[in-house]
Amino acid sequence: MSTHDKPVAVTMRRSGLSRARGLGSAKSGSAHWWAERVTSIALLPLSLYFVASVILLLGADHARMVAYMAMPWNSALFLALIFAMFYHLALGVQVIVEDYVPNEAKRLATILVLKGVILFLALASAVSVLKLAFS
Amino acid sequence: MAEFALPANSKVGKGETHKAEAGAKRIKTFKVYRWNPDTGKNPVMDTYEIDLDKCGPMVLDAIIKIKNEIDGSLTFRRSCREGICGSCAMNIDGTNTLACLKPIADVKGDVTITPLPHMPVVKDLVPDLSQPYAQLRSIEPWIQSDTPAPPDAERLQSKEERAELDGLWECILCFCCSTSCPSYWWNGDRYLGPAVLLQAYRWIADSRDEATGQRLDALEDPFKLYRCHTIMNCTQTCPKGLNPAKAIGKIKQLILERQG
Repeated sequence: MSTHDKPVAVTMRRSGLSRARGLGSAKSGSAHWWAERVTSIALLPLSLYFVASVILLLGADHARMVAYMAMPWNSALFLALIFAMFYHLALGVQVIVEDYVPNEAKRLATILVLKGVILFLALASAVSVLKLAFS
Repeated sequence: MAEFALPANSKVGKGETHKAEAGAKRIKTFKVYRWNPDTGKNPVMDTYEIDLDKCGPMVLDAIIKIKNEIDGSLTFRRSCREGICGSCAMNIDGTNTLACLKPIADVKGDVTITPLPHMPVVKDLVPDLSQPYAQLRSIEPWIQSDTPAPPDAERLQSKEERAELDGLWECILCFCCSTSCPSYWWNGDRYLGPAVLLQAYRWIADSRDEATGQRLDALEDPFKLYRCHTIMNCTQTCPKGLNPAKAIGKIKQLILERQG
């Protein structure tokens, strides 16, 4: 008797249609999808601005750096960059985890931890900009 | 986390080689996936040398020749031999396509034939498509209308309305696209896949259907619809030249449109 002849315990008698319907539609997902697109479009000019700033500040001393960041336009643009970038990152990371982690509990825990880390990094970046803005 | 180890019976071994008859001039080598559930053995790739002078031009002709003349146990689905039934969908030379529409001459070197990827295999080149069939049923692919049909005529469409269905009605449900989609491989139990979503859009786009809202409601789901990451394998592989990715994009667009 080869191994595959052993009786297989049937763990699911649910019909194919029942499995295909699953828990039904979550009636969500479009906001997430749209926000991902909008932030990616926003990041195009914001990233160019960031690169331009870096080039502009090449070799600058600390005082010049602080003065640049304290200019209201620069503070606002850097905050916008931080918001768009970390929001986009959080949305994208969530999709990747949903793609590759099939176990619900692990998926939820991974997403929560990663989003927590991303939120903290976003806040730390924003606080840095604000400190420079009001220094 | 993701599973890295292959399930049992996944490792493909080397199979038998069937040499061409003596005197054959134009020999083409076919490597065909073989697996028989009754033996309990791992799958193998059998090698068949075919004399192209005694074989039709398509890959389907070659595997029918193998079944008729070399190995009657080779199992595959086929019916119409002209790309309209969708039965002979399989992976040929690394791409999902219909064996009946794939010219042997298009393949450089050996012709490798395996079943549609990432589906349970019933035997040899026959995949178990129960899941996509059930998913197709779940999107209710039939007309839903509260307005009764005219008692003495068909439900009419304008030429423009009918044109909306072009590029959708031609789908033969061979599932080449769904089984080429990595997102469907990873999350096929919840993601509907390109073939089923194209069918869903076919009914959304139909001017005679009155259930558009309910259809969009049923699709608006992070897994059922939004697992599509526009990888585009579906469009690239479609043996009928259709564009499932575009249909999915249209569904996303309509869901956005109705919000504001």
